[in-house]
Amino acid sequence: MGMTVVQKILARASGLDAVAVGDVVEPRVDLAMSHENAALVINQFLEIYQGIGLTPKIWDPSRVAIVFDHRVPAESPKTATNQKKVRQFVAEHQICRFHDIRGDVGGICHQILPESGYVRPGAVVVGTDSHTTSHGALGAFAFGIGATEMASVWALGLVLNVEVPPTIKVEVSGTFPDFVGPKDLILKLIGLLTAEGANYRVLEFHGEAIRRMATSGRLTLCNMSVEAGATSGIVPADGETTRYLRDEAGVNDPLKPVAPDRDAAYERTIELEVSGLEPQLACPHTVDNVQPLSAVAGRKVNQVVIGSCTNGRLDDLAIAAHFLEGRKVAADTRMLVFPASSRIYRQALERGYVQTLMRAGAVVMNSGCGPCLGVHQGALGDGEVALSTTNRNFKGRMGNPKSEVYLCSPAVAAASAVAGAITDPRADGDHEPEEA
Amino acid sequence: MARVVYTLGDDVSTDVIYPGRYMATVLPSETPQFAFADDPAFSGKLKAGDIPPGSVLVAGKNFGCGSSREQAVSCLKGYDLVVVAGGFARIFLQNAINLGLRVVGCPTLEASVGDEMEIGDAAVINRRTGKRYSTLPLPPSRRAIMDAGGLIPYTRQRLAAMGRQLR
Repeated sequence: MGMTVVQKILARASGLDAVAVGDVVEPRVDLAMSHENAALVINQFLEIYQGIGLTPKIWDPSRVAIVFDHRVPAESPKTATNQKKVRQFVAEHQICRFHDIRGDVGGICHQILPESGYVRPGAVVVGTDSHTTSHGALGAFAFGIGATEMASVWALGLVLNVEVPPTIKVEVSGTFPDFVGPKDLILKLIGLLTAEGANYRVLEFHGEAIRRMATSGRLTLCNMSVEAGATSGIVPADGETTRYLRDEAGVNDPLKPVAPDRDAAYERTIELEVSGLEPQLACPHTVDNVQPLSAVAGRKVNQVVIGSCTNGRLDDLAIAAHFLEGRKVAADTRMLVFPASSRIYRQALERGYVQTLMRAGAVVMNSGCGPCLGVHQGALGDGEVALSTTNRNFKGRMGNPKSEVYLCSPAVAAASAVAGAITDPRADGDHEPEEA
Repeated sequence: MARVVYTLGDDVSTDVIYPGRYMATVLPSETPQFAFADDPAFSGKLKAGDIPPGSVLVAGKNFGCGSSREQAVSCLKGYDLVVVAGGFARIFLQNAINLGLRVVGCPTLEASVGDEMEIGDAAVINRRTGKRYSTLPLPPSRRAIMDAGGLIPYTRQRLAAMGRQLR
């Protein structure tokens, strides 16, 4: 019996010829990422070494990445003190892949890792963040773990007791209509699967619509795979992966793409056709409460948010600028934009997107997790409604349990910002799609 | 014997268990004060000491979905709660095992606040109704970590074994 991509990666990383679903393996880790919660990882890491007569030592500091993004710049003395502690640890343990709060190399971890060339096809990537699934976009097996698990990885270089997960094949055919794209596809899929439909499973993406999709869109798909419970989402590496890593991430060394065997065993196959896909929204208060746009069009929105690890990349900001060019954000609506990385922010400045968005009335914030997780920046008032390109809409997610969050694509968000209500970007007559 | 103190539905997210705005607090000794912080009635009871150790939260499927934040486990562990749910999201379950929070998968359970439960390895018995419900077995791989007392002692054992190999 053949193997899926993740089976092949786990076999290689575990020093085995083959693995089957349900096998327990201990894969070697190629990349171990944390954000501010490195402060907790450090505590647990030092705890491991209590009373055993060994000096705390990271198995391979060159494979550890730490990116400050969740609360940047620090919103409180407590966060600032945690960040200070992490900086000291980073220096002591010679962790080079450290991305501090900076306008040159800073940003959101799930954008920094790909654009810095840290993620390679076939790698095992773990992160103390559930959206670590993002990195499957480059053909890696990437999944979220807790802080104590990460402390164990830092000590051993292995993830202990990984059960080889079953894989669901997602076969996507057709061509996206104008202003419908990867976000609508993944929301549609989450609605079909439900929030636990892919629990303990991998989503492996195939089909012409995926092959034609840029890495940016694949990152959106894999990012949100966890919202259906998936351990990981993965797009088998192809020519587009090589292009991205060579041209956008500066990777020059040889790549080892991993393809599934022809007779790989999938738990099941889900077939989707996107040519007739309508824009999709996740409605309050669960990500799997997905409706086509027509079901919620006209709902008034107080705050529109475009950005995050899900949809804060250059093509997302380009769509936002396209809809806001020469127009205004509705008077009683606020629009917040936060690019996925400082590099993307600078690119958006060079292309004039930032100026377009600001002239229209949007506030362009620094790169970071910002409003998405309700820590600081962009909290909602009681009874307010947000429309956001982020990845979660759980009750209280944006800092106020008495508010509502709808999730959507950048096109829906931008068109709705102008109208002040949920609006179909395809029907936004003044704005014909640009010639490709 | 353990009393059910709260019942919740499906897909209880870590944002509900431990809201994101308290994530700067990381120490297990400090996280319990923010358990269910957006649910004032229940968090009030927890903080007032009205919930005895060993009390049971009953929930539906996919408990702990969402963020990987370990605070969502340590805040419950701080009150020595037991979570009996229809199922658990992957990262939450692993975190619970790693930190030693008692979690039991029991998809068919019927229980109300105030019911006394007998929680065993193979079954949960509701003493009020007398009904017995089978539990989901934990995979042996996770059992090993639980038996070691959590991932920290388990990792210590592994480090010691690696050290012996080196010598």
